[in-house]
Amino acid sequence: MVRRLNLATLVFFTVLPTFAVSIEVGDGRWQRKVPEAARLRINPMADAPDAIAAGAKLFQQNCASCHGKRAEGILRHPDLRTDRIKNATPGELEWLLKNGSMKNGMPSWSRLPEPQRWQLVTFLKSLN
Amino acid sequence: MTCCFAKFARLAIAVASVVLTSGRALAQEGYFVTYSHQMEEPGNLEIAVKSLTASPEGANAFVANALEFEYGAKTWWSSEVYLDGQSTSGESTLFTGFRWENRFRPLLREHWINPVLYVEFEDINSADKALLEVVGHDTRDAFLERNDRHEKKREAELKLILSTNVKGWNISENVIAEKNLAGEPWEFGYALGVSRPLALLVSSSQCTFCRENLSAGAEMYGGLGDRHSFGLHETSHYLAPIVAWRVPGGPTFKFSPGFGLNDKSQPLLLRFGVSYEISQIASKLRRR
Repeated sequence: MVRRLNLATLVFFTVLPTFAVSIEVGDGRWQRKVPEAARLRINPMADAPDAIAAGAKLFQQNCASCHGKRAEGILRHPDLRTDRIKNATPGELEWLLKNGSMKNGMPSWSRLPEPQRWQLVTFLKSLN
Repeated sequence: MTCCFAKFARLAIAVASVVLTSGRALAQEGYFVTYSHQMEEPGNLEIAVKSLTASPEGANAFVANALEFEYGAKTWWSSEVYLDGQSTSGESTLFTGFRWENRFRPLLREHWINPVLYVEFEDINSADKALLEVVGHDTRDAFLERNDRHEKKREAELKLILSTNVKGWNISENVIAEKNLAGEPWEFGYALGVSRPLALLVSSSQCTFCRENLSAGAEMYGGLGDRHSFGLHETSHYLAPIVAWRVPGGPTFKFSPGFGLNDKSQPLLLRFGVSYEISQIASKLRRR
């Protein structure tokens, strides 16, 4: 009886979080979800003299393994030299880096401090 | 038999070549005991060693090691296996057991407070001193257990991880509930952590010993009793500053001296950690 209860406890606590996750997994289309205030944010690093080089370094450290060393995309990870990135506002890109697009496999990079995310945005905008 | 050996050898060579030639991502920052909401990136494998050494009064000095393999299955799901072992002066070196844990991030965007659900099963010798968490009435007496003790503990552990990234700081709180599946009562514990990189901007030049590669912080953890005696009575608590150094393109090293905060705690614990992240290991293996 005790063993059966223990097994039930284990199954319950394994299934519960998986179910909770499945509720949110249907999220997507990141660009439409960017709040207006975030979309309009101005990149404070846009004119910093070495922001592109610093952003390139961050890109090689954190992004190149999925998106390629020249941001050309690898397998299902997208090319970042496209019109979508070119036309996105700096605020949208910073929002994407902070929140990710988890349904599509893009993790959140909130562990990078905000100034570093802006350095990355400066680099991404320089690609186009 | 020859066929199986050949298959195993081919797999081993493929794995070794991926490890040796892969592009390396920066290993995750973090704590020794506290978890943040940072998950392993999907497809990445982090290999880490967490060591703890202490010299308890009335027992032999020891080094306990936990070898960790953490894989990012999804952006919202990380799975980890720990293999624990320890060497005790004048006693022996032994494998003490394993842990399998899974972390799930239910909210797929960044919020002010980000919850993560953690589920773990562990099967370890009660002599294990890796101290990856403190729960219930765990006190310094646990360090007196000898290596030849063979009592097995099979435990389920749940954590609610709450974590915030703000202005370069990470602030994390963990609430822990653990149950010995042999019918012991639920035990509770906590862990709190704060950390921050020493520089919020990176420089454009390559550097090894610069502030952007260093982070500092502290964690505090301890027990909260069990279902029958919840509270701080007969519990141990620790405060531990942490420094971490990421070698660009290489491993991350961590060091943390932990100080016992009451007479039930071991006065000094020293922790060392090395972690190394292999990016996109599954797709590289497939391509080979």
